[in-house]
Amino acid sequence: MNHMISDIEKIRADFPILATNVYGKPLVYLDNAATTQKPQVVIDTLSSYYSTMNANIHRGTHYLSIEATEAYEAARRNIAAFIKASSSSEIIFTRGTTESINLLADTFSRAFIKSGDEILVSEMEHHSNIVPWQLAAEKSGATVKVIPMNDLGELVLDNLDSLLTTKTRIVAVAHVSNALGTIHPIEEIIRKAHEKGIPVFIDGAQAIQHFSVDVQQLDCDFYAFSGHKMYAPMGIGVLYGKEKYLNQLPPYHGGGEMIKTVFFEKTIYNDLPFRFEAGTPNVSGVLGLDAAIQYMLETGMDKIEKIEENLYLYALAKLGEIDGIRFLSRAAHKTSVISFLIGTIHPYDAGTLIDHFGVAIRTGHHCAQPLMDRLKIPGTIRASLAIYNKPSEIDMLCEAIIKVKQMFL
Amino acid sequence: MNTIDKIGDQIIEEFSQFEDWMDKYNYLIELGKSLPIIDEKFRTESNLINGCQSKVWLSADYNDGKVIFKADSDAIITKGLVSVLIRALSNQSPDEIIMNELSFLDQTGLKAHLSPTRSNGLLSMIKQMKLYAMAFKIKNS
Repeated sequence: MNHMISDIEKIRADFPILATNVYGKPLVYLDNAATTQKPQVVIDTLSSYYSTMNANIHRGTHYLSIEATEAYEAARRNIAAFIKASSSSEIIFTRGTTESINLLADTFSRAFIKSGDEILVSEMEHHSNIVPWQLAAEKSGATVKVIPMNDLGELVLDNLDSLLTTKTRIVAVAHVSNALGTIHPIEEIIRKAHEKGIPVFIDGAQAIQHFSVDVQQLDCDFYAFSGHKMYAPMGIGVLYGKEKYLNQLPPYHGGGEMIKTVFFEKTIYNDLPFRFEAGTPNVSGVLGLDAAIQYMLETGMDKIEKIEENLYLYALAKLGEIDGIRFLSRAAHKTSVISFLIGTIHPYDAGTLIDHFGVAIRTGHHCAQPLMDRLKIPGTIRASLAIYNKPSEIDMLCEAIIKVKQMFL
Repeated sequence: MNTIDKIGDQIIEEFSQFEDWMDKYNYLIELGKSLPIIDEKFRTESNLINGCQSKVWLSADYNDGKVIFKADSDAIITKGLVSVLIRALSNQSPDEIIMNELSFLDQTGLKAHLSPTRSNGLLSMIKQMKLYAMAFKIKNS
């Protein structure tokens, strides 16, 4: 543990915001599933880009434009390598997971989904992996069907075979539940879907920051994630797709960059991945994401997993000692997200007060209302951990909870 | 000085006696607990103001030139804030409710709960109270 704490202290020094005080108390930031803080190297990348390299890319013949283009495309190659994609042209830059899913749902449904078809999601999805599919279903006349969950907070795959019908066109599930932290058995879902020739999209927004992801080994057909939840800037995300599918999808946004030739009679669209990147991209965001990934790799994905697992187990044990705490997931496979309630205290009340003790946690339905309906609760209190969190911060959360309990006695 | 502002001044005075935030919240919790639980029949979908996190139910009646509000919430702190708003705005004339800018909330330090980023439904509740007042005014003019 001591060895671990010195590792964490070293990591913490890389994140300037962690020295902040809130309400006169040192910040305890446990809302990492909402967004993570940024290491200095990411912040410096943004500043250095605008101080030394800023130019529009893929267009110019001048020095800066060439340099910026090279850096942007090098980042794409690094990100492809990070998730083990077979080619960098399978990496499409978006604003974040939400835009990735909207892009996919819109273009995939235009290419492959017709009236009477089915789209399969799960009961534990974030709204952003439900609503874009509903929109696509509305336009095409398809139906959205749901993989159910059990009381432990796990997906139930017993009836998956019958949910995967001859009408199912795509399966869209999260890798990790944002509200409960459950790691879903996506390998099994992908295998079963593929047996019937159905492609699978994985929402990796809550997975990629916690453990290594190998899209080829998973064999998923699409995978999405956000930079800002993995120590990178806001406003940048990725949609990975197998080339064989991406090549069949129509364009999403029209504009510059996504075309080869434009005549008023007909436009010839550009090749992958540029066909899906209309307009001037978020170059600084891409470079920031690249820097964040380098930071994670230098820290070591195994080490990240180990640090977070140790802290997660510590948090679970400490919180479990508090009378009246009710954990909302007992799933066997989890990441470092802990969703709980304190007795009968409304999560909004608890969150409002815990905040005043300097502890940032999230309360509410976590954009997963169908899941909250299933659990018959208005929301949860969610503490979510990152590599820079330390045991003493868990202790401060526990102290805050005990004080909140006293206020409601 | 109109009645809402007078009540507002009393509320400011009450909240000014608390030195730290915990006392203030303890008082809000107390207020929340003491606000009569709204009759189940008022807890309807049409009276529901859905905040992102806590729910508020609001009903309004018109009696002898005054609007009578009843409200409830599923969260206690929200309910405490609801009770402050009810105390100021219930049993007032439509005109007073429509015109008053509730400036007392600034001085109680409760304003933070009413910003659009606070997802407790209170901002929508104030809007709804004013809409009710306007509707009663039109109906009875």
